[in-house]
This record gives sequence, structure tokens and C-alpha cells, in this order.
Amino acid sequence: MALVKPKTDAVIVGMGWTGAIMAKELTDAGLRVVALERGPDRDTQPDFSYPRVADELEGSVHRKFLQSLSKETVTARHGLRDSAVPYRQIGSFKPGTGVGGAGTHWSGCHFRALPEDFTLRSSLQQRYGKKFIPELMTIADFPVGYEELEPHFDHFEYVCGTSGKAGVIQGAKVSGGNPFEGSRSREFPLGPTRNYLGAEMFYKAAREMGYSPYPIPASNASAPYVNPYGCQMGPCNFCGFCSDYGCINYSKATPNISILPILRLRKEFELRADSQVLRVNLDAARTRATGVSYLDAQGREIEQPADLVLLCAFSLYNVHLMLLSGVGPAYDPVADTGTVGRNYSYQNLNRVNLFFDESVQANGFIGIGGGGAVFDDLNGKQLDNAKAGFVGGGVIWARQPGAGPVRGITTAPGVPAWGSAWKQGVKDAFRHSFYFEVQGACMSYRDHYLDLDPTYRDAFGRPLLRMTFDWNDNEIRASQFLVGKALEMAKVLNPKAVSGDAKKAGEHYNITRYQSTHTCGGAIMGANPKTSALNRYLQSWDVPNVFAPGANAFPQNNGYNPTGMVGALTYWAAKAIREQYLKSPGALVHV
Amino acid sequence: MNDDESATSPSRRELIKKLSLIPLSAAAVAGCAQQADNPAAYTPTFFSAAEWAFLNSACDRLIPPDAIGPSAAQAGVPEFIDRHMQTPYAAGDIWYMQGPFVEAAPQFGYQGRLPLRDILRVGIKAFDAHCQRTLSGKTFAQLDHAQQETLLKAAEAGALKLEQISAKEFFGQLLAETRMGYFSDPKHGGNKHMAAWKMIGYPGARADYADWVEVRDRPYPLPPVDLSGKRG
Repeated sequence: MALVKPKTDAVIVGMGWTGAIMAKELTDAGLRVVALERGPDRDTQPDFSYPRVADELEGSVHRKFLQSLSKETVTARHGLRDSAVPYRQIGSFKPGTGVGGAGTHWSGCHFRALPEDFTLRSSLQQRYGKKFIPELMTIADFPVGYEELEPHFDHFEYVCGTSGKAGVIQGAKVSGGNPFEGSRSREFPLGPTRNYLGAEMFYKAAREMGYSPYPIPASNASAPYVNPYGCQMGPCNFCGFCSDYGCINYSKATPNISILPILRLRKEFELRADSQVLRVNLDAARTRATGVSYLDAQGREIEQPADLVLLCAFSLYNVHLMLLSGVGPAYDPVADTGTVGRNYSYQNLNRVNLFFDESVQANGFIGIGGGGAVFDDLNGKQLDNAKAGFVGGGVIWARQPGAGPVRGITTAPGVPAWGSAWKQGVKDAFRHSFYFEVQGACMSYRDHYLDLDPTYRDAFGRPLLRMTFDWNDNEIRASQFLVGKALEMAKVLNPKAVSGDAKKAGEHYNITRYQSTHTCGGAIMGANPKTSALNRYLQSWDVPNVFAPGANAFPQNNGYNPTGMVGALTYWAAKAIREQYLKSPGALVHV
Repeated sequence: MNDDESATSPSRRELIKKLSLIPLSAAAVAGCAQQADNPAAYTPTFFSAAEWAFLNSACDRLIPPDAIGPSAAQAGVPEFIDRHMQTPYAAGDIWYMQGPFVEAAPQFGYQGRLPLRDILRVGIKAFDAHCQRTLSGKTFAQLDHAQQETLLKAAEAGALKLEQISAKEFFGQLLAETRMGYFSDPKHGGNKHMAAWKMIGYPGARADYADWVEVRDRPYPLPPVDLSGKRG
């Protein structure tokens, strides 16, 4: 018999970015909030402190800041007719765990979506006609627009002390920023981060090719900063332990340093770490959540009743909890019915490596997670999709989050994997190479989705989430097109050698290779309750006292990193809860 | 910018100074630092004598002795692997280890039931058995370098067939462990004297490059520092 805790106003599942934002906004509104985090409590001191953090074996092999797959994972398959097998070792994507979630080990790239990203389907139809979008491509417009989210993009950037350069402020172009971006209400809170060699070379090559490069908006502080909550950040020292690691310097914006310092002082806020939520409990009619059940650190099952349930887990696990609990009908791709699990999408990431002689000091060990250079000339409406031959664009960038030798040294083409020639190859490459990347959009399709696996179970006895995903021709063509452009840029710089990994025709999704943690969709927001799990306020259509902020809400993925959009959407949803839902609890959208 | 220690920030310099006291004082008391730095002095506790012989030979083919830098054995890689096999990681701590275990396309990764430590142990045994069966009773360690390299190449290419385990899978894990031991912080047992870091010019655990981001005209000047604060 489960122990039953006293009822609370709101229970939050997961204490990453979305959980911390929701906890802040709801305690601001006077609600009592209980936050349940499956992993341990963590903070800069002592968990991310120097020198212990600077240990590649612990961070990038033992993966001490990531989720252990021994307890929860997903299964994966390429198509509807295949049997899925478990994602047994971390590869393609890296969910976090513990207080701060993936927000502790992210890199810091902090983009806004383009205005046209919100209207993808209708914009394409308008530009190229209704037949342009393939029949099984299930891309959709977001049920919210750029202008509505602008104040929230802005606020989240100020919470994160994002370093960057605006390209458009209040409708007027500003030089040095992205000329194609949506209009900003004001400049970034901090100026751009400094350029390492790879970024400097990127500017040179991009300008020579006629592109419009600008600094990647980076939530890695370029200068000391105090955010609107009074939380302090120190300037990034380019330590090179960023992606995969917690920040030693209070320089990378994280839930831990940017929001939790004030939350921890609030008596309305109670954080219970090491609390594994098992399911959302529903009433008999399955139209109202009564709270959640979780395992505490001792393994006791605890019931936490609440008026409001906020699913703030990593995108995949939000979908998992909804499927396990029956928050909305499960999607069936054959019958084309149901909503939860629909429109799973990913990110089309590709890399081009440039190798130079020893006179070129690229120093890849110097690293900053988000800082670098990027352009949007082949993204959004800048790209003529009919001419390019695929739907969705992408960005090309130079990034250098920090490379130590345990994380792997990419060697020039022709270097073997071992022996003296390998030794010479790593010695030649380590300080004298850098890379550009293509981060392409990923469309959603009728047969790319999430459901419950019929065979495999997690450590708590629940069916694992099953991912059905593969590369479609559209994404392969995009990869080839964009990598081709990146290779043209590389040529401008006259490197000794170049390698690129454009996807080949017929290539299948390889879950063993790290590509991106940008797993999107599965519980998408939309205007139609038949084809979306959430309404425009990230509220479940079926169980209105459940909200599920996260990248799970994206109907498809664009060419950007999702965190900026996820943060903005969460503030947007929190505003709707505070200003509308609390006055009249119930569905916020009626169709 | 001076090409010396003052290139790091004052606070970091202080920290490094403080940290460097720890190993020095420990060495003064026990005199054991030298022994710990000598790869030959290590006695394995995970691997048997036969497995240890295989490991030392195989690692030194993967990262051989030459003028470029130390070999795997010179750098203490076998010690690293012996110690690494006794961590929760090698026992499958962060891998999903529940069945059923079925074969799948290589894009889905290793789907077997063995955790890392058993992949190595079973693999070494099977590899040696193969050598003894096909090469006049000799173990891998007893073969000459050219023979050893030929066998490792066959394993890498998936051409070698072993009982009980995929030679390709075993080879992949052995190579990964060897590289990892070569380049990890010396506290884990390999990378003795930070020699592998020096070979490639990695400054190790310095983790502070604010003053070198925009320097283009000369190589980064400082030697490596390890997690214990020692300088290479």
C-alpha cells in the first residue's frame, strides 16, 4: 500500500530547465510546489568543482553527469516491421539526470526559432503549393507565433545571461548579428564570446562565400553577469569541459545556478531528489490527474496528490509517462489515430573536419560550449526548398566545446586506427585541426513515432519507450546539400586535408554514434486535438490539469538547438497557468 | 604574454601550487611514488597471468614503442585496464543489461549479454585459444610482432572468427580501453608521467585558457597538469 503524502497545489516531475522555470513561476503565483527529481541533488559545489570535474574518464566515459541506461532507456528500430532492441550504451543522444537535468551538461547554444519555423507547413504550401509536402510528412504549424513568444525568448535569454549580438532590434537591422532573425525587443544581455581560431576562420570562409555569419548565441557568459533573479555568473574561461560536464565557473547557465538559488530559499518549494516518478494517477473518468506515484530513495512507493501535474522530464520521458499513465490516447501510425507518440523527430547533424600543418594553432582543447560562429543563409525562408530539393534548412557553424584526447581525436583521412601511424596521426591532428558542423532540420513523418515496447522493461518493471525512426530521403538530401556547402567553405581555407560525413543514399540511423541530444516531438502542441497531444499552452487536451513542457512539444525540429525555444515555451505556458488556468481550472482551449 | 607559468591566472596558479603539495608530501613519506610510476611494478588483480601477458602484448601492438611517444605498456595502459575492469562501469553500471539479447544490425550497437569486463576476459581467452590451435601451440604473447599485427588486423576487420565472442566487438573494446588508458589522467593508472599528453600537446586538467583563446602566432606553451596537481 503506497504511502500518501499531503496534497500539494502542484507537483513537478523533473528538475531540469522546464521544472525550474515552472517552479519559479508557480511559487511566484503563491502555489505550493513539490518537485520530484529521479536523480540526485547536485550543485556547482561540490558536484562540478575543480579539479575533479576535469576528468574525461569520469565525465565522458563513465558519464557521471548523464542518465544511467541501466534503470531507464528506450528501444529503437528503423521501421514499423522491425523488432526494436534496447539503446544499451549511450551513443546518439545523452539524456541527463539529477537536479539540473540535461541543463547541467548542455553546451549553451541558445537560439530562438525563426518566425517562419512556427508556420512551416502553411509557409511551404503558400510558397510551393499544397503538393510540395510529401504525403507522409506530418509537419505542422506551431499553434503559437514568434511575436507571442518574443517576450519569453527575451526573458529566458536574460535569465541565462546569453552572450550574442542582435541582428534585428524592434524591426531595425543591426550589423554584426543575424540579419534573418525575428525582431528582438532589445540587445542580448551580454556581448559575444571571443573567437578561437576555428570561429575566426569560419568568419573568413563564410564571408568569402557571401554568407552572413554571426556569433552563436551562447549561454556561456562573456563577462560577469547578474540575472533578473539576482543569480550571478562569472565569465567563461574556456576550460574545455562543457558539453557532458557541469560548469566549474558559474559561467554556463544551468537550472542549478540560474534559477535554483532562489527557489531553494522558498518555503513554498520542496525539492525531493532521488524520487523516481512511476506514473501520473488519473481519476476514474481519466480526465483529471489526481497526482503522481513515485519511488523514494528507499524504494517505497509514495503517492503525491496534487491539483496540477507538470511533466518536466526530458522530452522522451515526458512521452513515456504520458503513455504509461494514459494521459491522452496512444498514437497508432497504421490507423492514424491517437496523439501521444506522434511526430517524433530528431536533428540532422553532420561534421566537416579541417586539418592543418603545425603552424596553425587551433588548440581544440580550449573550449566553450555554445560560443562560435554560424549563419542562417541556408536556413528558414532564405533557402529555396524547391531548388535545393528538400524540405527544411539548417545552419552551418564553427563550434569548439573542448576536446580532450579521451573524448577522441579525429584524425585525417587515411590514418589507421592504431599503430605508429595512428600515433603520428593523433599528434598531427590534436592541436592543428578544427571542425565545422551542419545542424539540419528534421521533418516529422507518419511512421516516425514513440510508443511502448512490447518486450523490454525498465528497472521498475514498466515497458520501455520504443522509438521508430530512420533517415528519410529528404533528410539525406539535406545532409548532402548542406555538407557540400560546408566543404566549399573548407576549401577557401586551404587545409592540408578535409573529411566530411554527409549521409549516403539509403543510410540508416546509427544509434551508436553521438549526433545530438535534440530528440523532439512525441507529445506535440497543435491546434487540433485529433493530431496533437497538447494545446497551444502545452496543456494536455485530454487531462487538462496536466501540462508537458519540453521539446516533446515540437511538431518537427528546425535547424537550431531546442533549449531557447523550450525555455520560451515553458514561460509562455506558465503565464497561461498563472493568468488563465488558476482563475478557472480547466481546458484553456476549446475546439 | 610570457611563455611561462605566469600565463595562467593568479588564482589558478595558487590552486595548482596547493594541489602540487599533496603528491610531494605523500612521496616523501612512503617513497612509493617511483614504484607507482613504474609500469613493470604493477601486479594485476583482475587479469590472470596468461591474460596479463596477452594484454601487455596486444596493447603494445596497438600503441607500439617508437620515437613519437611511449608505447601503451610504457605508459601503464595494462595497469589502467586491470584497474578499470574493477570499476562499476566495466560491470555494466551504466549499460542496459536486461534481456532478451538478440542480434541486431550494427547501427544498434552491442546487444550481447556480457558487460565490458567479461567482453575482455572472454575475448582474451578465445583469442589465445585460437592462437594456440592454429599457430603451433603458441599464445598470442609468444608470437612475433608481425604475426600479432596480422591477427589484430583480422579481428578489426571482422575476418577472425572466435568461439564465444565476436572478434570485432572484442577488438573494438580493447582498442577503446587502450586509447582510454593511454590518454586518461594518470590517477587511473595509465598515461604515466603524462607522457601521452606531452606527445600530443594536451595541457591536461588545466581547464583555464581565458588568456590563450586569441593567441595565434605560437604554440600553447605550458606543460600538462594532472588531477593531483603534478606538472608534466
